[in-house]
Parts: sequence; C-alpha cells; structure tokens
Amino acid sequence: MMEDTIVAIATAQGEGGIGIVRISGEEALTILKKVFVPVSENIKSRTLAYGHIIDPESGKKIDEVMSVYMKGPRTYTAEDVVEIQCHGSIISLRKILDLVLKNGGRLAEKGEFTKRAFLNGRLDLSQAEAVIDLIKAKTEKTFDVALDQLEGAFSAKIKEIRADLVDILVSLTVNIDYPDEDIEEMTYEKLSEALKNTRDKIVKLLSTANTGRIIREGLKVSIVGKPNVGKSSLMNTLIGENRAIVTDIPGTTRDTIEERLVINNIPVVLTDTAGIHETEDVIEKIGIEKSKEAFNNSDLVVFVIDGSNDLDPEDHEIIDYIADRKAIILLNKRDKGSVITAAKLTKAMPQAVIIETALIDGKGSKELAAAIEDMVYGGQVSHGENMLVTNLRHKNLLEEGSQSLADALQMTEIREPLEFIEIDVNRAYEALGEIIGETATSDIIDKVFERFCLGK
Amino acid sequence: MERIFMGEYDVIVVGAGHAGCEAALAASRMGKRTLMFSMNLEAVAMMPCNPSIGGTGKGHLVREIDALGGEMGCNIDKTFIQCKMLNTAKGPAVHSLRAQADKNRYHIEMKKTIESTPNLDMKQGEVTDLIIEDGKVTGVVTKTGTCYEAKAVILTTGTFLNGKIFIGSSAFESGPNGLAPSNELAENLKKHGMKLRRFKTGTPARCLGSSLDYSKMQEQKGDEETVPFSFLNDKVGGNKISCWLTYTNEETHKVIRANFHRSALFGGQIEGIGPRYCPSIEDKVNRFADKERHQLFVEPEGLDTDEMYIQGMSSSLPEDVQLAFYKTIPGLENLRIVRPAYAIEYYCIDPQDLKLSLENRQIENLFCAGQFNGSSGYEEAAAQGLMAGINAVRKISSKNPLVLGRNEAYIGVLIDDLVTKGTNEPYRIMTSRAEYRLVLRQDNADLRLTDKGYEVGLASEERYKRYLAKKENVGKELERLNQKTFTPKEINEFLEAHETSPVQSRISMADLLKRPQITYKDLAQIDDETRPELSYHEVTQLEVHIKYEGYIQKQLAQIERFKKLENKKLDHELDYEKIDGLRIEASQKLNQIKPESLGQASRISGVSPADINVLLVYLEKRRRGK
Repeated sequence: MMEDTIVAIATAQGEGGIGIVRISGEEALTILKKVFVPVSENIKSRTLAYGHIIDPESGKKIDEVMSVYMKGPRTYTAEDVVEIQCHGSIISLRKILDLVLKNGGRLAEKGEFTKRAFLNGRLDLSQAEAVIDLIKAKTEKTFDVALDQLEGAFSAKIKEIRADLVDILVSLTVNIDYPDEDIEEMTYEKLSEALKNTRDKIVKLLSTANTGRIIREGLKVSIVGKPNVGKSSLMNTLIGENRAIVTDIPGTTRDTIEERLVINNIPVVLTDTAGIHETEDVIEKIGIEKSKEAFNNSDLVVFVIDGSNDLDPEDHEIIDYIADRKAIILLNKRDKGSVITAAKLTKAMPQAVIIETALIDGKGSKELAAAIEDMVYGGQVSHGENMLVTNLRHKNLLEEGSQSLADALQMTEIREPLEFIEIDVNRAYEALGEIIGETATSDIIDKVFERFCLGK
Repeated sequence: MERIFMGEYDVIVVGAGHAGCEAALAASRMGKRTLMFSMNLEAVAMMPCNPSIGGTGKGHLVREIDALGGEMGCNIDKTFIQCKMLNTAKGPAVHSLRAQADKNRYHIEMKKTIESTPNLDMKQGEVTDLIIEDGKVTGVVTKTGTCYEAKAVILTTGTFLNGKIFIGSSAFESGPNGLAPSNELAENLKKHGMKLRRFKTGTPARCLGSSLDYSKMQEQKGDEETVPFSFLNDKVGGNKISCWLTYTNEETHKVIRANFHRSALFGGQIEGIGPRYCPSIEDKVNRFADKERHQLFVEPEGLDTDEMYIQGMSSSLPEDVQLAFYKTIPGLENLRIVRPAYAIEYYCIDPQDLKLSLENRQIENLFCAGQFNGSSGYEEAAAQGLMAGINAVRKISSKNPLVLGRNEAYIGVLIDDLVTKGTNEPYRIMTSRAEYRLVLRQDNADLRLTDKGYEVGLASEERYKRYLAKKENVGKELERLNQKTFTPKEINEFLEAHETSPVQSRISMADLLKRPQITYKDLAQIDDETRPELSYHEVTQLEVHIKYEGYIQKQLAQIERFKKLENKKLDHELDYEKIDGLRIEASQKLNQIKPESLGQASRISGVSPADINVLLVYLEKRRRGK
C-alpha cells in the first residue's frame, strides 16, 4: 500500500516536446541509480542531472534525459521523488516506465500520488474528499468494466493458469501439512515439470503483450524503399491528405514522418522514412539513420519497389537488411510496366506478402489494408495466439508471476525444501490473482480438503 | 434456590481441559488467586480423542506455549511413550514434533502440577451461570447454589456445553467420553446475550490390543533419537511402544455403503458442523468413492491399559455396523471393541464476537478459549487458554493485552484467524495458514516468545536464563564458525568423504555448514578444542540459522512491510457507518469485528483494498483535526 515505490507517466499522453516519468517512494533513488547514468558523477537532491537512461540488463541506451531527485519530505508526496524528463514521444515514455517497473517500481493507481501526498500531510484537509472520491471512482470503475470478448478470453486464460497453480499449491500444502497421510508424494521431478508447464503458459501469454500494445498504441508500420519509388504516394493514399511532399527528385523526404491512422479498425502508426542508401549528404544521412532506427522499432515493414524497373543493388541491400522482418512488399508503378514479377520476389523474400500496386492512382491500397489486418489478426505480427495483454499493469503482474515461478524452478533444481518453494509459487498465484481481482489464499485450504481425504 | 457465597478469586476458569489448565496455571503463576472448575476432576487434561500431542502446526503451538511459560510441553515430555519428528525430509520450518501420550499419565501429571501450584484452587462442580453486573462479569454460580466472586472469568467448556452424542439412530445428552454434559450454563449464556451455535466432532472406537493380529499390520516405530518439546529439557526418555498401520479395503467400504442410511451423519439428526479435516469414515467413503483404501493407525492409549485408538476411523454408525466394518480390516479381524465410535455435538460461540485478547466484546472481563471458540484440537485449545489466562490477568491489572502478531507466532495466526475471519467448522491450525512460515519455526519459538512470557510475569526465571544462555551460546558459536577457516588442503578430504565438492580457497566452518550434506555434528571431526558443548536446542537453532539465512532474511523484510499496516491502530469506539466512502458491506463488517489495526481490518472478508484506503484517509483527517 504505502510501503512500495510507485511510478507513472506524469505528462499528458500524446505528442509533447517533453515527457515526465515520476517515481515516489523509499526506493525512488535506488531505482534511478539502476537505470540512469549521469554524465557528471553524482546525483544530488534538487539538482537537474543530464545523462542517459540505460537498460541495466542489456546495456542498451533508451533515451537522453534530464533527471531530478528530490529527497522527502519536502516533495509533492512527502516521500523521496524522482522525475525523469525525457523526449515526449509515447515510445520513449513507455520504455522508461517499463524499465522502472522492471527495476522495483509499481505502477501507480489513478490518483495515488495525490493520495500519498494527502496521507503524508502535504495536501490541505479540504482535499481529503477529493481523494476519497478518487478511491471511490476507482472502485466503481472496477465493478463497471464490461469485459469485451478479448478481455474475457484474457481473464479465462489467467484463471486457467491460476488453476494450474492451485493444483501445485494444493499438492505442496498437503505434502507439507499432512506428512502422515496416504497421498501422492510431490517429488521434485513432478514439481519441476508442473512449474515449467505453468511458467511456459505465462511466458506465452506475455509474448502476446506486444499484440496488446498494437491495439493500444497502434501497429508500428515503417515504409521503406529507395528514393522515388512511391513511398510518399503510399503515405498520401493511406492518409487521404497531402501531408508528405511528393516530388520526382530522389531524397526529398529527409526526415521520418509519423502519421497515426486507423486501417480496418486497427490503429496504425505509419512512419515514412528516407530511403536507405549510402549518401554523403549530411542532412540526408541523419534522415537515413533515423529511418533505420524507425524501422528497427517497427512491427511491420512495408517495402515499396518500383516494379517497372529491375531490382538494383540498392533494392538488394534493403532486401538483405529486412530479410528476417515481417514485411509486405508493394510492387509499385504497375501503371508504368511489369519488369519484376511477384514470383521472382518470392524467391528473394519467401515470407513476405507481395501486392501489386499503382499508388499514384490509389490502386492496391485496399489490398494493402486487408493484408495488414490479416497479419495482425492472423497472428503474424503478434506472437502466436490471439490472446491480448493490453494493460501495462497486467503485463507487470504477469512478469512478476513468471519471475516468481522461475525462482521456484531454480530452487526446485537445487532441491531446496518444499516450504521455501511454496512461497514463490504462492507469490505467482497472488500476482495473477491481482490481475482479475482475486487474492484470497483460503481457497487453497478449501481445495486441500475438497481433494484429499485427510484426518483422524 | 438459595445462593451460598463461597469465596472470592481474581480469576475463575470454567473447565479443566487443555485450555482450562493452561488458563488456570497462567493466571496463578502470574500471581493471581485462581479457581478452576471441572465437571469431574477425572477430566482434568483429559484426552478424549487421539492419544497424541503435536504434529504439523500443532507441534509449533506446543513449543510456543512452552516458550511463553505454559505447561503442555513439559507435561508431554513427562508422559510420552513414543516420539517422532515429522517432515524431516522437508525444511526446518515445517519439521514438526509429535508424541504419543500415555493418556492417563498425561492427566495425572497435569493434575499433580495444578495441585501443587500456589494461588491455584481446583474444584469439582458444574458452573451453571455467570454473575453479570453492568455488562461486567463478577462471578459464577454452580449447580449446588454456591457463588464465587471473581474479577475475571474464563470459559473453556470444550464439548461439555449441551453435549449430545450420536451413535447410529441413538442420540443422547452427554459430555465427552460418557461424562455428564453441562446443560444449564448454555441457556443462561444465551440470556446474557451470547450467541451460541452447534459444532460437531467425532472419535473412533477403542479396542483391545490383545484382540489384534499385529503380523498383518506395519509397525510404526518412534525416532531413535527422541527430542523434547520443552525448552526446559535437553533430553527426554525413550520410546516405549509402537503404533501400527493398516488399511481399509473394498469389503470395508461395502459394509459402510450398505449402512449409510443408518448413520446419524446422513440421517440429518446432527445439525452441528463438523470439520472437513477429520471426516468420519462414512464421510470419507461417501466423498472419496473412488479411493480404494483408507489408511488407519492403531495407537496405544497408554502403558497401563490394553486399549488401542483406531486413528482414521471415527464414525457415527450403529455399533453392529462399526464392529462389522472394523473386522474387515487386516489385523482387526477379531477385534473386540471396548468403547464405540461416536459423534458429539456441542455449543460454541462465533469467535468474531471476541477481541484479539480473547475477551468477549459484549461482556467485560469474560474471556473465552478452546473448543468453545470454535477451534479443534488439544494444542489449539491450550494455546488459547494460555493467552486467555495471560490477558485476563492483564485486564484486571489494568495492563494492555498481550496480542501476538501473525508474524510472531502460530498462536497469533490462530487467534487472528478465529477472531478476524471467523470459522464455519472446528478450526485446526496448519502451517500453510501462516504467511511467515520460515520465521515461525519450532526451533526458535523461545527466541520469538520467551522474553514476552517473562515480561508478563509468566515464564520462570529458569526459563528466561536458559533462553538468554541459548541466545548467547548460539551467537558466540556463530561468530566462531565464521572466523575459523580451513585451507583446501586441510578440508578437501573431509568434503570428499561427505560427498560434496572440494574447494579452491579457504573456507569458514559456517560456509561448510551451509552445505546440505554437512551437519554441525559432522564438523566435530575437523574441529578443535574450542568447540563448545551445545544442547539439542542450541545446535538446531545454529544449523537452521546458518543454512537458511538468505531465505529467512527475505521473509524478515516482508514482515517489516506487513507491520506497517499492523501498527496503524483503530479504536473500538469508531463507528464505521459514519465514515464517508466506505462501502456498506465493509462498514457493517468493520462494525461487527471492530478491528484493532488497519492490518486486521484488511483481513476481514468483505473489506477491500479501496476501503482500507478510505480508512487511511479518514485516520489522517482525524489526526489533523485534533
């Protein structure tokens, strides 16, 4: 409740120049030190520090930020508070939030910073009612949420995994508390297998978190191709307005352009990139670097080729670069001729979906939309199942469950006593219970008596 | 009827079972003049069901009772005839000591202790009413019209209160084991506004050992090395008897199934709720129809009797059916039953009507313990009796009650479960009911509780000194083990001999002990003259501490977080219906239970995390309003 460290994105979602991730609680500074590498040496209270957010696990640089640590109690919540000011894009904010969560933060509930501020004596007494209203609103909302089909399927999946965990916990409990009874022994082999199976289910569910993000934040599609093959025409066709500049001179689209749109009910973030080719032009070079970055981060690549000319080394370079990506290839400029055949491309990129288009006339865009939809729901841009983890809180709890089971497994491998292992299995059970709002542990004991014949 | 004034006491205990004895001993040892009533002095510390003390969770309770200065541990150490450490294949947190008692000697030794305790009187008599003035209990009335005044009264009526025994279609008023029931007290308690309800339990038949064929059963011996329950004892006697294991079969189940209709349990005569964890054999056969056999243990009831207890086979079937199904079991073909199995129903209260001190919320200075509170088991009863005794004394001395937290003791878990969550069946402790099992071990019960027992004036000087000595000895030895190191050359041969991997650099004795293959005893082979002579309790403590330190530290950190909500106190006067923002269900439940802390409130079913947040805000508002 009040004892953990909470984190949230503090700025309004959407495009802003700067975004802020706020952390509050005892662990705030510890977490900051884990994920933030300042340029100058140390982090002082109430002093802005410039540096980078770096994933301590992979060593990967996430963003260039300013951060400030404010030691409690003279802060908004009267606890230790950290604010990380990063680039305003949702991607950057999400990544930093994710990283903080992974390193000991808990996602704040709505109004939780305010609640803490009040409980810690910071806010005016008149604000108490507002705090209570916030808590009430949250309760009501929890009860009102009508689960749509996807969420229904999700909670069914959680229940299934929890049922697995109940089986394990019941066996552990009965083995621990009824050593004298005539019951099946829980061997380490059996336990290990059961833990692995259950953990696999969580991991699989987690892998769909990406698809969930697609529904929430939009499918990231980057458009690549040589200059002047019709990328901007594609963009325009899809958006239906004259946003990007269309010319015949190669290299006009110097920077990446992001557009949000909805294609067949799927939110899409479309990125038009500069052509990927070697260049001496400094401005263009920056554009190209950004293109590479953009499509490295994308869920789906749309590769536009001028179908009226044969593939040249540059096309091959792109093909090599995107060979292992989920891709749709547009054989464009069909109005001008058909030098390249679909069959020929299939050889080069067997996994890609190939569509023939004449984008200048808007031909082929419907087929493209259908292909994108197929790929999302057909699971090609998600991972396997259509199960969707759409909520960051859910994702977090699933990760906690998965980690607890990994710990349990490790202890099982080294044959630690069952009652130690039980603690982690129970934690996983609780974490998954929090997702669907069930945390009672007495149901384990109920199940013990339901399933086993015990007693004098 | 004429009322005869017979005397004045500080504390009166009604009942002399396991709860009553602990309550009376605790009160008198804490210096209060105490009177303990029993319907029949033959029933003092009687074991009307299984002849054993301890087991998983229960063994932990016994050690805790002992650590606080209770009697159960000492009494079973004096009177056990077989002793076994359960769960040794698992970790130290769930190692559980269990002893077979000589029932009669258990009763006699406890009675002797009570007889020789200063400040403590014992009387055979039936308490039929409480004297209550201004919502406060001030004494008791007995069947013969005698009255005794008291500052506090503790009710530990067990299964005596309107006890009713069921065997087949017969049902008759009776206390346990054929003793007279107490039929007037319940009506008067109701008049005083106490809500009573019916619970049920059962016991199997007793047969003569001479009628059994032991060659058809598996012998169950005690441990070679016997271990004391009490921290006051370093050594105890040896095993004197064996128990025997055998199984039911399809024939047994056939007989039982054919007579389901004759069971009191299925006939609907029994209204009381029985415990799921000790179902009668007809219940087992009914509910687990596909189970081909059920195990049963045949256990001696003592050294001076040939009576054997048939564990696992309680029943309320008629006597002819009992005889028929018992006889289908290998080894029991010619058995002669001397006491039939029966089910017994009795009155108890809803423990949610109590405070965590075990004081009744409606009637001041009235404390309740044992089966009367809806629990089951000798150990559960004794634990509550002890706490009721301590808290009755604290109350009349105007001191705060001693309430043990869920993080401090199984006793705390037991009482918090009963009072906060209530129970719909006779409650049995299980280690899985404790959140902090790794810390609540039987080896460290004294380290957790003895200073508390000493502080309230219950644990003796001797016990306290032993506790301090143990703490010191273990601490010193811990330091020595950390400091004394070996080179690979010195130690690798030893390591190989114990089938554990050799080392490349120096290793301390403590690190050696961390290895699962090495015990403290093993270290003697390589140790020097500085090795101290440690007691059993000290060695166990040392080993557990070293081997599981990491996990234990992790749990201690969890406990620190848990304590934050426990430390936010709520007062009894709060009217939750007047707190804006609480859901109706929550405010009703909170008003019913009147929790003592936010932590306790969070465990009440029907109180959500959002409600706890509302309470947090309310408390802060009120604090600032002052």
